[in-house]
Amino acid sequence: MKVNEAEFTDDLFEEAGQQFKEKKKSGRPSSSFWRDSWIRLRKNNGAFIGLILIIAMILLAIFGPMMNSYGFDDQDLTRANLPPKVPVLENIPFLGMNGVDIRGMDQYEAKGVTDYYWFGTDELGRDLWTRIWQGTRISLYIAFLAATLDLIIGVAYGSISAYYGGRVDNVMQRIIEVLMGVPNLIVVILLILVLKPGIVSITLAMVITGWVNMARIVRGQVLKLKGQEFVLASRTLGAKDQRLIWGHLIPNSLGPIIITTMFTIPTAIFTEAFLSFIGLGLQPPIASLGTIVNDGFKMLRIYPHMLLFSSVIISLIMISFNLLGDGLRDSFDPKMKK
Amino acid sequence: MKKYIVSRVGYMIFTFLLIATFTFFLMQTLPGSPFNDERLTEVQKQVLYERYGLNEPMAIQYVKYLGNIVKGDFGVSFQFDGRAVTSIIGERIGVSAVLGAQSLIVGTVLGLFLGIIAALRHNTFIDYGAMIIAVLGLSIPNFVLAGLLQYWIGVRLQWLPVAFWDGFAYSILPTIALSAFVVATMARFMRTEMLDVLGNEYITTARAKGISELKVVLKHGLRNAMIPIITILGPLTVALMTGTLVVEKIFSVPGLGEQFVKSILTNDYPVIMGVTLFYSFLFILVILIVDLLYGVIDPRIRLAGGGQREGK
Repeated sequence: MKVNEAEFTDDLFEEAGQQFKEKKKSGRPSSSFWRDSWIRLRKNNGAFIGLILIIAMILLAIFGPMMNSYGFDDQDLTRANLPPKVPVLENIPFLGMNGVDIRGMDQYEAKGVTDYYWFGTDELGRDLWTRIWQGTRISLYIAFLAATLDLIIGVAYGSISAYYGGRVDNVMQRIIEVLMGVPNLIVVILLILVLKPGIVSITLAMVITGWVNMARIVRGQVLKLKGQEFVLASRTLGAKDQRLIWGHLIPNSLGPIIITTMFTIPTAIFTEAFLSFIGLGLQPPIASLGTIVNDGFKMLRIYPHMLLFSSVIISLIMISFNLLGDGLRDSFDPKMKK
Repeated sequence: MKKYIVSRVGYMIFTFLLIATFTFFLMQTLPGSPFNDERLTEVQKQVLYERYGLNEPMAIQYVKYLGNIVKGDFGVSFQFDGRAVTSIIGERIGVSAVLGAQSLIVGTVLGLFLGIIAALRHNTFIDYGAMIIAVLGLSIPNFVLAGLLQYWIGVRLQWLPVAFWDGFAYSILPTIALSAFVVATMARFMRTEMLDVLGNEYITTARAKGISELKVVLKHGLRNAMIPIITILGPLTVALMTGTLVVEKIFSVPGLGEQFVKSILTNDYPVIMGVTLFYSFLFILVILIVDLLYGVIDPRIRLAGGGQREGK
């Protein structure tokens, strides 16, 4: 039936009233995914302690070396092998912060040193406080760099592989499958043998096999998301591939991506330290936590303080990143929590 | 299933070939030569190069190298005056295998125990305690743990020998240092699995039938929770292998890991290549066995997962 448009005059319609436009009022402020996650994270004591420790470590790594006047490679044999001595704490005997070595001799008195070395000095008379925080700086730098590169490559690879699917996915997955079968550390060792140890080469060697894990996780997420209605809606409205990937799929996978990065960082710190340990670490004068721990082993029997502080700090960094990673996993996905 | 096994083995061979090729070309580009000795004349160097086949074109060296690997010949060491790499590996693998197996067994038993206790006493202080131990075990690097053990128990308290390998007592500290990671991984994994399984309806049924709690936990719970444990055996083996490099070095244990580190420091390429290939082979083999075992043990996976994997 054909209807003449002129027949619909305004007086046939009446106003519906305002009640449909009114927003439903609720007593609570609205919450977002990130807000909820943050609230859950704050309730998790372990993760929160981890977060605070990480911030403290980063601040100390930045400002620690500036807190006294010694440079990290200032050598002075007249003050070699000094045990730690800290003002105030030196008066509490059992802490071992009074400059007395394990044979019960006050090295500061014996060597006529009046300064305080908070973590002691090494066999070349370099201040360990400065060296350890400088080393932490390098270790964290390598770890963050490796994690960032893993992130970029992994996210790009994983999302492309999952989004385009079909033959692209097939080929890309075959490559990943082969890389998964290759033992990471062996590739890292071989590459460092060739590239000569340095900050860049160690980072690159770790990234070459490190991104695979991230790629797999992103692929899984994108595969799960790309069939959902909001993606279809966006596509119907004319969104291009790029916008779908960067505007919808990746932002919705951020949770797992952040968690994976959180676990990449301690792994990278460990790998770097491990390399120093088997003789493939950074070369002097650059020092990382790994090389300082390794140096500490040489004097373990007589001067245990050299190993003690560096190994406590590397362990603390690993523990806090693992705690934070666990906490984030629980708070992003409470269903996973046991 | 047969098709699946064939394709898996095919992958394994391809990956191994890839690693072998990679190893070979990396070694070619390595700086430094084992014969960089100023006391050697040019002629003597030539003789040495000839003897070890280092002056031939790269392509020929590569083909020979691959051929030799198939025959199980990894060449001769530069450092140990012409000893075959295979014999060096053979001589040293025993100690590493004992250490690795000991750590795996001790770690698995302790880890399973911790995990089960934590799951049964869920959200009590026993649970929290077990999980704190697990986080520490995962986080503290093995060389730090080895160093602390060596210093406190070996040097200060003098309860156990500090280094070398001369009987069971010598293996205790390295085993503890190596198994910490295994304990932690196992405990966390087992706890999650056990909580999952204990929430199932068949557990409620078993309890309703009046079976003793011990039997419910061990027979119905543990047996089902154990299945996915196989999946972490692969990563654990790798962690143990890399762990032996460091731990053997610290405790001066004459195993394969210690030899590998020594060879890196002395540029002994054939040994580095040989041991690398050996480690890779073990690693790939373990992954293959784990994948196949998983299908055999749990028929649900063979039917659902196995088919899906073939199509993947």
